[in-house]
Amino acid sequence: MSVLSTPQSVAEGAVGSLAAPRGRSVRERAFEAVLFVMTVLALVVLVVLLVDILRDGAGRLSLDFLTSYSSRNAEETGIRTGITGTLSLMALVALFAFPLGVAAAIYLEVFAPDNRFTRFMQVNIANLAGVPSVVYGLLASAMFVYILGWGRVLLSGVMALTLLILPVIIVASREAIRAVPPSIMNGALALGATPWQATYKQVLPVAMPGVFTGTILALSRAVGETAPILVAGAVFSRRADNVPWRVFEPFGAVPIQIYDFVKRPQEAFQNDAAAAAIIILLSVLLLMNATAITLRNRYRQKL
Amino acid sequence: MSDLANRSAPIDLSPSSSRLGERAIMKVLLFAGSVSILTTLLIVFILLEEGLRFFASVSVADFLTDTVWRPFGDPESDAFRIGIWPLINGTLLVTAIAMTVAIPLGLGAAAYLSEYAPERLRRKIKPSLEVLAGIPTVVLGYFALTFVTPQLRLIFPEGSIQIFNALSAGIVVGIMVVPTVASLSEDAMSAVPNGLRQAAYGMGATRSVVVRKVVVPAALSGIVSAIILGMGRAIGETMIVAIAAGNLPTMTVNPGDQVQTMTGYIVQAVGGEASRGSLTYQSIFAVGIVLFSMTFGLNLLAQRFVKRFREVYE
Repeated sequence: MSVLSTPQSVAEGAVGSLAAPRGRSVRERAFEAVLFVMTVLALVVLVVLLVDILRDGAGRLSLDFLTSYSSRNAEETGIRTGITGTLSLMALVALFAFPLGVAAAIYLEVFAPDNRFTRFMQVNIANLAGVPSVVYGLLASAMFVYILGWGRVLLSGVMALTLLILPVIIVASREAIRAVPPSIMNGALALGATPWQATYKQVLPVAMPGVFTGTILALSRAVGETAPILVAGAVFSRRADNVPWRVFEPFGAVPIQIYDFVKRPQEAFQNDAAAAAIIILLSVLLLMNATAITLRNRYRQKL
Repeated sequence: MSDLANRSAPIDLSPSSSRLGERAIMKVLLFAGSVSILTTLLIVFILLEEGLRFFASVSVADFLTDTVWRPFGDPESDAFRIGIWPLINGTLLVTAIAMTVAIPLGLGAAAYLSEYAPERLRRKIKPSLEVLAGIPTVVLGYFALTFVTPQLRLIFPEGSIQIFNALSAGIVVGIMVVPTVASLSEDAMSAVPNGLRQAAYGMGATRSVVVRKVVVPAALSGIVSAIILGMGRAIGETMIVAIAAGNLPTMTVNPGDQVQTMTGYIVQAVGGEASRGSLTYQSIFAVGIVLFSMTFGLNLLAQRFVKRFREVYE
């Protein structure tokens, strides 16, 4: 409010004091202030975290850091293993999780009969989202590494992450499909399209931007996951590149290398190298999230 | 749930003619939907299969009653002890610290965003909380070990905070859980009908009274479910505790001490490259059973609370 008292400011003041009775105004304001501080505190921590990481890691970043394999010497180590590993993981996880997730969402949203099995499926998806990520690592370790005998290889890691983010993609895709006006489906059906034709040719294209947004966000979660692939057998260092078509080779990942750096006692690893790798990881996540948000906004404007 | 077609007119989507292609596609879709059920069954199967092998060689009673966890080396020796309580103790200690941080911050943020914040501020704070939720936990672990722990060691008397400690890990796990608690509680508070607030204002209640005596009680089941879900996430959190809490399973309740959680043990044992068939490898799954049961139980509990809150206002 301005210092000068205009008729308007007097009127506003009067209304303000109606909403907050005078006798309690100090306590009222204190209560609001406390809530505000609590709200902002977590965000302050976020800012401190980002500043701390930038300060620790910015000096260590270089092209060499991105293109060198890991080394026992902190000054020479790099995250090439992690980068090729993470890119390969993402490509394959997208390849598996996207079609599976979208198909499951189409089934649940359009075709599933309203019976006990469907309801069980839905409750189950909600429950899977609450299973700790490390448990998916246990699943991958026992099932894929040992029972199927694949060993600690790229494909085992891909399976752990695919199963982990599948519920996220299903939920997001269902929302995108639900947002499509029913008139589109009904119009297609009225013109003689079969249910599948109506879904595939009419509903799905409209829902696609939303589905993509959800998938990218889910993938960005998979990029940062450490525990599941660690348990599924990801390696800390490797003097070879991962490529998506060699699925039965050992694999690394950027978060795994961060964990490895943090665990080492030397400051040059624990602080500098780890923070530099974190900057790379967070930049990738930022890029993915920005893509997803741009996609979502463009799509909103069109509707 | 054929929502899409049913909303405006009841249309029978079951195939009228016996088109082979359509039926094949339905089968594919049904399979995709069933993958999630398959995943759950696989998780339960794997945990039981490997876990039961563990209990074939050691006694369940020891597992559930002994208070020393040292499942390494020769099972015949005296050094080999398999009481899970130190791991549960570590998990609960970290979770308790985390919830001490997450409940006030999460509920404070929820109340502020739902009852006080002007729309413009709301639109800035909510996405920022989502950013916090999107930070990988290995990054938070780094933050706990290299930033929070040194600060704690400066604040508290020398020697009271070890390099690896439950306090630092717990605080950061708490920060991680804040977005979960805040966003779910805010949903519950926003769902409280405005009529309740206006009735209270009409009787002369101030805003803080409305928040504390009307909104919070009315949204209580939603708030409780948010807290329970947050607790489940704290119990299942792995990388923060693996990095910052240490790996010494003890029965301590001192937040400054090194502890080991269930998830921390899983990561440590895997790091030792325990191979299948060894007792150490099987012990991971025995711990997994306990971890899975706890988080699953909390999830079910949270869902029951949410159901109650839906019944009232939707």
